[in-house]
Amino acid sequence: MALMNFSGVGISALSAAIPKKVINNYEYTAFFDKEQVRQVVDKIGIYERRFADENTCSSDLCYAAAEKLLADNNVDRSEIDLLVFISQTPDYRMPATSVILQERLGLPKSTIAFDITLGCSAFIYGMSVVFSMMSTGCLRKALILDGETRSKVYSPKDRRTAFLFGDGGVAALVENSDKFGASHFSLNSDGSLEDLIKIKAGGYRYPSSFESVKESIVDEYGNIRSDEQGYMNGADVFNFVIVEIPKDIKKLLSQTNTDVSALDYYVFHQANNFINSYLIKKLKLDKDKIPSTIAKYGNTSSVSVPLTIVDRLKGNMDGNKRLLLSAFGVGMTWATAIVPFHDLRISDIVEV
Amino acid sequence: MELKDFIENFANQFDDTDASEITATTVFHDLEEWSSLTALSVIGMVDEEYDITLKGADINDAVTVEDLFNTVKAKA
Repeated sequence: MALMNFSGVGISALSAAIPKKVINNYEYTAFFDKEQVRQVVDKIGIYERRFADENTCSSDLCYAAAEKLLADNNVDRSEIDLLVFISQTPDYRMPATSVILQERLGLPKSTIAFDITLGCSAFIYGMSVVFSMMSTGCLRKALILDGETRSKVYSPKDRRTAFLFGDGGVAALVENSDKFGASHFSLNSDGSLEDLIKIKAGGYRYPSSFESVKESIVDEYGNIRSDEQGYMNGADVFNFVIVEIPKDIKKLLSQTNTDVSALDYYVFHQANNFINSYLIKKLKLDKDKIPSTIAKYGNTSSVSVPLTIVDRLKGNMDGNKRLLLSAFGVGMTWATAIVPFHDLRISDIVEV
Repeated sequence: MELKDFIENFANQFDDTDASEITATTVFHDLEEWSSLTALSVIGMVDEEYDITLKGADINDAVTVEDLFNTVKAKA
C-alpha cells in the first residue's frame, strides 16, 4: 500500500488570495425560490462564498497570493527552483499555467514548472510530489500554487451544486530544514467512481460542440445544466466519504503509531457542513482542533485545506505543530497526511 | 432489525413533515419535503444506526418506506 514518508522538508510559509465579490447564499435566488434556498443553505452550512469575476482566473488568485508570500518573507526569486501549479480550472488547455506563472512572478528560466490536475485532494498530493523532489537535496526552494474558480464550473440552475462552490488561491513555500520532523502521506484512487463528479465535455473524449454547450440535461428534480458544466451524485459521494475517509485516517494513524490526540489540528477538505459534521462525529474527533471555513468560503476544492489553515490558524502556528490533513473528491481520489510545521509564517489574506 | 424502529429513524430525517405522516406504505419520493438532501440524511442514518451503506440507486429504486427497510435488511 502506498504510504510515503519524508523528513527534513516542509511548508515554511503560506498565503492566500480570494475574490472581493461576496455571494450571500440566502440571496442566491435567481433560479430557486427563497424558502427552497434557505433549506439547502441551512443543510450545507455554506452562508457565503467568493466569486471571481469573468476576467479573473485561478492563476490570478495564485499570482496575488504568491506576490504576497514572496514579499512578506523576503524570498529571493532566483532561489525558486520548482513551481507546481495545482488546479482543474487552468488558464488554457495548453500551455501549462505553471509556466505562465513562472514568467509573471519573475522566476528564472532554470525553474522547474509543471501543473497537477486532480481535484479536491490535490494539495496533499502536490505536497507529496514537491516534498519528494525537494528531498533529492538538489533544489533550494519550491512554490506550490493551488487555485480554483469552481464558481465557473457548475450550473446555477442545478441545486445539487449551485450553492456549494467558491473560489480561492493559495501559495506555499517549501523548504528543506532539519527543523521539520517526519511527514507521512497516504494517497488513494478509485476510478470505478469516475462518474460521481464529472464535467463530461470539453476534453478529447467528448469535445466541445454546439450540442455540448446547450442546457439540454434536466433531471427528475428539474435541475438544468449542459455537458460543459460539472455534475455531482451527492448521495454516492457522501457514501464514499463516510466509508473510505475514516478508514484511511485510521490506517495512517495506526501505521505511523500516531496518537490522534497528540496532533495539534485536524484540517479537512471543506466539502460542506453536512458531510464534514457527519465525518467528524463518526471519527469522534475533538471539535476544538478542527478549523472550518465552510460557512464563509464554501467548497473551494483543492484550495480548501490550505485556505482554512491561512484563515483560521494564523497566530496558532508558532513553534512545532503537527497537523492531520484529509481531503477527498472527484476521481475519486483521497489523501491523508500527517505533516509537521515549524514557526509557520502565515500572511494576511489578499482580496483580488 | 424492526420495521417500526426503521420508520421512526426514517421519519426523524424530516424537519417539516410530521412523523405521523410516515408509515410503512408511504411513497416517500412523493412527500413534499423529499429531496436529494433528505436522501443524504437517510444514508447517514442507515450508516449510523445499521452500519450499512445505502447507495443512491437503492433509494431511487425503493418506492415505499418498507421497500427501503427491506433493502437495508437484505444488506445486513
